[in-house]
Amino acid sequence: MRIELVKRPERSQLFAAFSPFIALGLTLIAGAIMFTVLGKNPVEALYYYFIDPLREVWSLHELAVKAAPLILIAVGLSICFLSNNWNIGAEGQFIMGAIAGSILPVMFPEFQSWIVLPLMLLMGIAGGALYGAIPAYLKVRFNTNEILTSLMLVYVAQLFLDWMVRGPWRNPEGMNFPETRTFSPSAVLPEIWSASGRANWGFVFAIVTAVALWFMLSRTLRGFEVQVLGQSPRAGKFAGFSQSRMVFFAFLVAGGLAGLAGISEVSGAIGQLRPTISPGYGFAAIIVAFLGRLNPLGIIAAGLVLALSYLGGEAAQISIGVSDKVVRAFQGMLLFFVLACDTLILYRIRFVGSSAAKTVEATQNV
Amino acid sequence: MKKTILSLAAAAAVMSFGTVAAEAKVKACWVYVGPIGDFGYSYQHHQGLLQAKEKFGDELETAYLESVPEGADAERAIERFARSGCNIIFATSFGFMDPTNKVAGKFPDVKFEHATGYKREHPNVATYNSKFHEGRYIQGVIAAKESKAGVAGYIASFPIPEVVMGINAFMLGAQSVNPDFKVKVVWANTWFDAGKEADAAKALIDQGVDIITQHTDSTAPMQVATERGIKAFGQASDMIKFGPTTQLTSIVDDWGPYYIERIQEVIDGTWKQSDIWGGMKEGHVVMAAYANMSDDAKKLAEETEAKIKSGSFNPFTGPVAKQDGTEWLKAGEVAEDGVLLGMNFYVKGVDDKLPQ
Repeated sequence: MRIELVKRPERSQLFAAFSPFIALGLTLIAGAIMFTVLGKNPVEALYYYFIDPLREVWSLHELAVKAAPLILIAVGLSICFLSNNWNIGAEGQFIMGAIAGSILPVMFPEFQSWIVLPLMLLMGIAGGALYGAIPAYLKVRFNTNEILTSLMLVYVAQLFLDWMVRGPWRNPEGMNFPETRTFSPSAVLPEIWSASGRANWGFVFAIVTAVALWFMLSRTLRGFEVQVLGQSPRAGKFAGFSQSRMVFFAFLVAGGLAGLAGISEVSGAIGQLRPTISPGYGFAAIIVAFLGRLNPLGIIAAGLVLALSYLGGEAAQISIGVSDKVVRAFQGMLLFFVLACDTLILYRIRFVGSSAAKTVEATQNV
Repeated sequence: MKKTILSLAAAAAVMSFGTVAAEAKVKACWVYVGPIGDFGYSYQHHQGLLQAKEKFGDELETAYLESVPEGADAERAIERFARSGCNIIFATSFGFMDPTNKVAGKFPDVKFEHATGYKREHPNVATYNSKFHEGRYIQGVIAAKESKAGVAGYIASFPIPEVVMGINAFMLGAQSVNPDFKVKVVWANTWFDAGKEADAAKALIDQGVDIITQHTDSTAPMQVATERGIKAFGQASDMIKFGPTTQLTSIVDDWGPYYIERIQEVIDGTWKQSDIWGGMKEGHVVMAAYANMSDDAKKLAEETEAKIKSGSFNPFTGPVAKQDGTEWLKAGEVAEDGVLLGMNFYVKGVDDKLPQ
């Protein structure tokens, strides 16, 4: 007896739309089982995970702070993934954007003007985009596997940041600790509504970008090109679309947005460069991109859900004493169910008995 | 379906809030950078929490968050505690320095304690740290006594002053026994990564060291040393369980006494801003049992420990030369705390180039 996946003749529109919700529901059920096994009240645990963080205004601000980089990176990645470019290196592009954007406040702290912040953001975008261009160039020119090159460039970026904050950019008044000087007020991304919490303009960037990319993907020729080249490179070629230009386009957009996320995070939420500036946003954004079904509007929702699971994880840790590992397990289950549900929209499971299997093999051998 | 879950959740919430009526006088909260299961740095802070809990019983309510990343998340974690009614918050990692000060400005009635940092921007922020290097000096003495190769391996985390200070103290301790002793350093660039730490240990052993010490938090180096049949020092906690025939001793961070003292002050209303740098004398740094070594080495280690404990000896006492041979401390001169806390140079004899 064995299990086979058989392609469905047609996919159900209804289930395609509902699949993320089914996945979310299954995650909740599996999560409830997990909490019960851990000896916790599952209803209470799920309450702390998904409801408690939404009860207070400051917590909503924190949700926006956490979701902003996830959404910004994920919408960029959606362009990559839709066009069949597997950019796994958003974490590195995030870091390089943060470094490039920090050149002004770190090296020229006396330069304080309204122009500083816009320049920082532009330099952040440029830094991320140029770093994203490296795997794109390698793919187009040498046909290298972009999964490997973009991933390995993450480690290069992390070590480069580490070296910068310990070496040339170390704060001269910082007792030799590895961090840059703190940014001057003119280099800090303002908070949206500072009376009630610390959410900064990075969240606005994320929403505006997501809407803009949604428009591009669904309403413009460029968006059509992305989809065609992703689904059928041959058809795209016949239509006169250039595969290599698409590679660059996807990586530059994704890299630029990751870079913008990086400089927004450093300027808005942290206020200086440190050896680590991201708890893995570039990788978590891959989950967000798929959870949002590679649709920029879906990604906004997905980014908020994943951010909520981080915040809820903390609330649950404090209130009912579950380990932070449970948060990771939870996120893993969410991704698993999303991918499983998506697979089952396109395929159905067939159990093949041993005799039937032999027939199949026999026919294959013929 | 969804509606029922929601209403159930709401009901559960009401019930659970109803039961939180225990009359704790004070609530103390901890933020850890690593998992409490690291059997190293965060584990020891958590032991301090447990000691405080035992001491105060029902009078004290505690809470903690583990594996909080340094960066934007730290501020949220600390603010969450400040909002949830904690009276005193211990932020136990260097990277929590600016977030701690930021949140402290917003919550003047909450006391904030930051470990290993130097910024106290508000009257409700205190800092505390331990003189781990006192223990490292003793380790150096033992290493020089026990090593046949005359060279020890040092697995270091990040080139911050505290770690550099530790390497130098180890070196000086070893030189007090064997002036030609060498220390090889590998930078693991992590506080806690069992895989990287194990690799570092293997690399050092392959280069011929026969004693390993670490300033990273996992038990992996101890386990590698056991496999290869050499000796090692534990880190932050007593790791004898992980190397019964391997561990010579370990520097145990005992945060309990400090935590109990500070919480008592909050209860009494006498808490004041301070900057505490406690060592063996104050009981903040404790050596695990001396084991797996010759009686001779053990005797010398105990004598050194007694000298440091009594306050009659400071590991950083001249004459000491810097790595490039220039004089740092004259004979009999004792290093100033300020210089130690910003240390970014090696003493003579360390076989490594300090990452700058």
